[in-house]
Parts: sequence; structure tokens; C-alpha cells
Amino acid sequence: MRTIAFIIRKEFIQLFRNKVMVRIIFVLPIIQLLVLANTATFEIKLIKLHIVDLDRSKTSRDLTGHFEGSPFYRIVEYSNSQALAEDDIMKGRVHQFISIPAGFEKDLNSTGQVKVRIATNAIDGAAAALMSAYTISIIQDFNVNLMVESTGISKQEPIRATWSFWYNPELNYANYMVPGILVLLVTIIGMFLSGMNLVKEKEIGTIEQINVTPIRKYQFIIGKLLPYWLVALFELAFGLLLAKLVFNIPILGSIWLIFLFAAVYLLVTLGLGLLVSTKTNTQQQAMFLSWFFLVIFILMSGLFTAVDSMPQWAKIINVANPIAYFVEVIRMIMLKGSGFMDVSRHFFILLMYAALALTVATWQYRKTT
Amino acid sequence: MRGFIIKEFYHIFRDVRTMIILFGMPVVQVLLFGFALTNEIKDANIAVLDHSKDIVTTEIISKIVASDYFKLTENLENEAQIEAEFRKGKIKQVIVFEDNFAQKLEKDRNASIHIIGDASDPNTASILANYTAAIIKDYQAGILITQAPFPMMITPEPAMLFNQELKGVFMFVPGIITILLMLVCAMMTSISIAREKELGTMEVLLVSPLKPVQIIVGKVTPYIVLSVINAFSILLLGYFVFGVPIRGSIGLLLFETILFIVMALSMGILISTIARNQQIALMISLAGLMLPTILLSGFIFPVENMPIVLQWLSNIMPSKWFIIIIRSIMLKGSEIIYIWKETMILLLMISIFISLSIRNFKVRLE
Repeated sequence: MRTIAFIIRKEFIQLFRNKVMVRIIFVLPIIQLLVLANTATFEIKLIKLHIVDLDRSKTSRDLTGHFEGSPFYRIVEYSNSQALAEDDIMKGRVHQFISIPAGFEKDLNSTGQVKVRIATNAIDGAAAALMSAYTISIIQDFNVNLMVESTGISKQEPIRATWSFWYNPELNYANYMVPGILVLLVTIIGMFLSGMNLVKEKEIGTIEQINVTPIRKYQFIIGKLLPYWLVALFELAFGLLLAKLVFNIPILGSIWLIFLFAAVYLLVTLGLGLLVSTKTNTQQQAMFLSWFFLVIFILMSGLFTAVDSMPQWAKIINVANPIAYFVEVIRMIMLKGSGFMDVSRHFFILLMYAALALTVATWQYRKTT
Repeated sequence: MRGFIIKEFYHIFRDVRTMIILFGMPVVQVLLFGFALTNEIKDANIAVLDHSKDIVTTEIISKIVASDYFKLTENLENEAQIEAEFRKGKIKQVIVFEDNFAQKLEKDRNASIHIIGDASDPNTASILANYTAAIIKDYQAGILITQAPFPMMITPEPAMLFNQELKGVFMFVPGIITILLMLVCAMMTSISIAREKELGTMEVLLVSPLKPVQIIVGKVTPYIVLSVINAFSILLLGYFVFGVPIRGSIGLLLFETILFIVMALSMGILISTIARNQQIALMISLAGLMLPTILLSGFIFPVENMPIVLQWLSNIMPSKWFIIIIRSIMLKGSEIIYIWKETMILLLMISIFISLSIRNFKVRLE
């Protein structure tokens, strides 16, 4: 026990002696929360539109008026040249253009049928699908108006669709992102700092000095990992405090449950960090290897894009992705107030994962080279 | 000078693990993200609470299920079940039909549907609600048309430019190239220079007859080579596996890529002049480069929807401009006249980073 305490003391002294590191520990969560919480949104607030009106009739102007009236649209250009519109799309000035053909009003009155082309820049496919759907629905509304005017049938829509959004009625994106960012935060501390710290001793050779002492393997590992475990938990507490004070994120579930999960989850990341450090000799390699897995884990975890939309095999890979479990669980606990029973499956999987990662890492760690 | 560059190449290439990762990473990432990373919504699990269970509600439900967006997994019996299902986290949306739906629709022309979304994921919730509302609207328009004696209809003809099938990869391949170039160039250079400082070998280099400029050029040359190889292997993968086209000129693409590589390298050098050891270089690169590259560049999330302060901030992110450039060339087939502004911004950034690093570079160690 005393030996472990000494190693832990040494680690803390080394950590806090490094002023830049201390600053990073405090500044990183602030920056991450402020920036990340506000960036992750797929919401489309404004569609920049170019209307090519080759008809210039009352009906075509009415249709244009429908778009002008919507807060979702900004009509950047109103022209009578298809080429100009295409050029605007190329330059990225507009997202979409609508072209109203010549003879639009005449055809509509005589045959009742007319076509309007909606061209959308679809490089961002998902956004394009939404923009296209908005525009189509505005044209549908316009159609209903036309029919009401021409035939006098009742305007009232027979089916009334209403909606409500539970757990986050104002659709506040920060509520969704902040819990995920807290996971990211403890992961970076757990995996990167601990792993690199050990490799650093290897690289500058001080590990030899420790290896020749009577310190046992498990003592050394506990002494190395425990400080980062504590720092990461502290980061979580700090992050939660910021989330509450700055973003006013609801924490419906038990805060102790969050910490319980974090404690187990950190054992997984620390174990993986340790494993990386046993497999590498320089900090550069260690960083590279961790970065490689971390980016895959993060992007597949559902932090930014929904896991449900991923193909089946990606969901299978996610079974082995610790970040995916914690991201899902922390959101459930904070936003929906899920209790231990709702997340018990995740808990036991993480627990097993932690045991596995730490065992393999300890087994791989060699005192002798 | 030549000898020094060769030394640097040895440093990188003798380390098999790093080499495997350096070349394996792009391949794995493009494959993984190309297939898995998607911001479109498919097969979202939904539940229905149908108090009416008549012919109209069945019709509407089957219309909703017929779209690719939804998968009906649960038929609920009462309101209390909604909360329980949401808490388990399996279901994204519940559609509630009131009782005697068909009858009310027929007689009063007024029947109501309530859509409840699990907005703990607001993105998905609002998109799903929009889709559902659109399907219902469509169904209504169908009813109206049968009633109107002289149907007047404007038929919208949607066209998706540059990406007809709305594939997510089109959006992500340029982003992955950017991220990898950023990693290989900026992070690796900054760490490799910081490493020489930390191990004390920088002193050896400084007292050698090499000029500081030569040291830096020597350090970055291997990474330029690596990056160009990586960038092109991603382009090839994107082209052959996912069908991401390269519609513009390859020469222009190569020129812009090299420009961005030089930018990232000068950024890496700047970081290394600030950082004293590898850990600090890593943390600066991670916090300062990786996250902004992923988030503020428009790689996944469109910049124009962000708060104004962040949009402004995104303008100083080189990756944002590069992603615009590379998307334009690859997908729109743009010529230089469409992207000269972005190119100038990159050039400006290069000159700022280089002059800052020259000012910061110390020939003597403290």
C-alpha cells in the first residue's frame, strides 16, 4: 500500500509541476463544452433560394410570395435566367433554385397541370433531402390554396397533426451534445494522458530505474493509473458543473449513477491506454495508435450521428465500442432520468470490458525488456 | 541537407507500426465511415398507439411504414407505455391516433394525430416529425384531390445536383482527406520536432552546420511525401469503392492539396515552436486542431447553421476553406475561378503561420 501511495504521489507531483498540463486540464473542458455544444446541429435554419421566373405572371408571383413569406427561405436572387441560377449554385451562393417555366399561368388555367423544377445542391445529401421536402410542402400548400380558390371547397385540413417533443421540448441541441462531450472529455484524459505518460518513461529511459526497484507490477500499474482515474473523474465533475451552470442542462437521473458508470468506464479506457503503451515505444507511436482507435470509436459511437442509421455490421462493431455505451447511458440518465434497471445491461457489459482490458494490459506489461 | 532528409525518412520508415498505421488508417477510415457514418435517417424504430384501429389509420400507418425512414416495432395499448418505452431507449417516436378516427374524419372533417418524439436526440426527433408530417400531408392532398371538381396542380420536380442518390460518402470523403492531412502533417511534424527538443537531440541539430530553415525543410519533406500518397489513396478508394467522382481537373486538385499540406505543415511547425514537449504538442494539436477540424469545418455539421460567433470562428479554420475547395473540385467540377477566393485565404494563412514560426523559432535552447 505504501509503495502505491508513493508512486501516486510522484505522479501527482509530476502532473501538477507541469503548468501547461494543469491549464489544459481546466481549459479543455471549457473550450470543448462551449464550442462543441453549439456546433453539432443538423437543423436547417435558412434555405438560400434563387427563383428563375420565366413566366412573370400573377400566379408565378403568388408562388414566389409564398416563399418570401416563409421564415425558412431567403430569396437571394429573382431572375429569368437558368444559367445565372446554375452559376449561383456553383459559387455556393444559393442552396436551391426553382425554375418556373414560361407559360406557367396559361397552362395551369387551361390544363390544370404544370411542372416546376426544384434543383438542390445535394453534396450534403441529408440536408438536400430536407430542403427539397420543405420546398415541395410549400408548393403543396400553394396547390391547396389554388384548389380552394378555384373550386371553393373547404380550406380546413381534415387531419390535424400535432406534435410534442418529450425530454427536450425546445429541441435544444446543447442538451443532446453536452452529455456526449463529457464522455469525450473523460475519454481523452483516460486514454491519451495515461497511455502517453507510461510511454514517456519508456522513451526517456526512466522506466529502467523503476524496473530495477522492488516495486511489483500491479503496484506500479495501480500507481500509474489511479491518478488519471481521479483526474478524469474530477474533469467529469467540473464538466457537469459547467453543464449545469452555463448551459442549464437538466440532470434528471441520479448523479451518483453517472459517476458509477464513469468510474467503470474509465477503467476500460485506462486499460486500453495501458495496453497501447505496452505495445509502443515512443510517445509518437502511442499517440498515433490511440488516435486511430479513438477517432473510429468516437465517430461510430453515436456522439455525432445516430447509431440507428448505421448499417447492421457497424452496429455489431459498436458492441465492442466502450464509448458507444457510455454516450448512450449518460444521455439516458441526464435527459430521460433512466434508472439503474434501464441501463443495467450496459453497466455489466462495461464492467466485463473493464476486467478484460485491465487483465490483458497487465498481462502484456513487462518489467523486463 | 540531403543526408538530413534521408535521416528523417529513416526515422519514419524504420518504424513498421507507424508505417502500417499511416497507410492503413486512411483505408480503414474511408471504408468504415463511408459505409457507417451517415446523417440520413433510415429505419428509425417507431411505435404506434392506435386508439381507433380502423381502415383510415391502418392506411396511414402502412403509408408511414412504406417509407424507408420508419420501422414499426411496437403497437402500444395505452399512454403509460409511451414513457416506459422511451426510457428503455429503443423507440424514437410514437404516433398516437385518437379514437373513432375514420368516423370523425368522415363526419366532422376533423380528426387528429399526435406525434410524440423522443427529443433527447433533437436532430432525429425533428427530422422524423417532419417526415411524418409530410407523409400525412401527402395523404391529405390525396383526399382533397378526389373532392375537387377541377384539380389544379403544380407538380414539383425535384432534382438533386452533384449527388443524385444523396449518398453520405460524397460529403464525407473530402472531410476524411482533410482530417488525415491535418493529422499527418500538423500533428506529426509538431510532435516530431517537440520530440527532438525533449530528447535533447535538437541541440545536436542546432550546433550542426545546418541552418534552421534546412532543419525544418528536412523535417517536413517526408511528411509531404506521406501526405500526398495518403490523399491520393483516399481519392482512389472513394472513386472505386464508393463511386465518389472527381469531376474537376486533377491537376488543380493536386495543386490545392499540396497547398493545404504546406499550410498544415507550417501550422505544425508553429505548434512545435510553442510546445516544449510531446505531450503539450499533442494536447495543443488535439484541442486546437482535431476538434475544430471535425466540427467547425463543415465536415459533418453545416457551418451555416451554427451560432454567429462560431461561424465567425470557423473562418479562421483552414480546414473549412479546404473542404469547400475540395468539394467544389471533386463534386461540382469547379474551375479555379470559382474557388480563387478560398485559395487566396489558404495562401494568406500559410504566410502568417510561416512568419510567426520564424519569429518564434529559437536557435538557442533555454
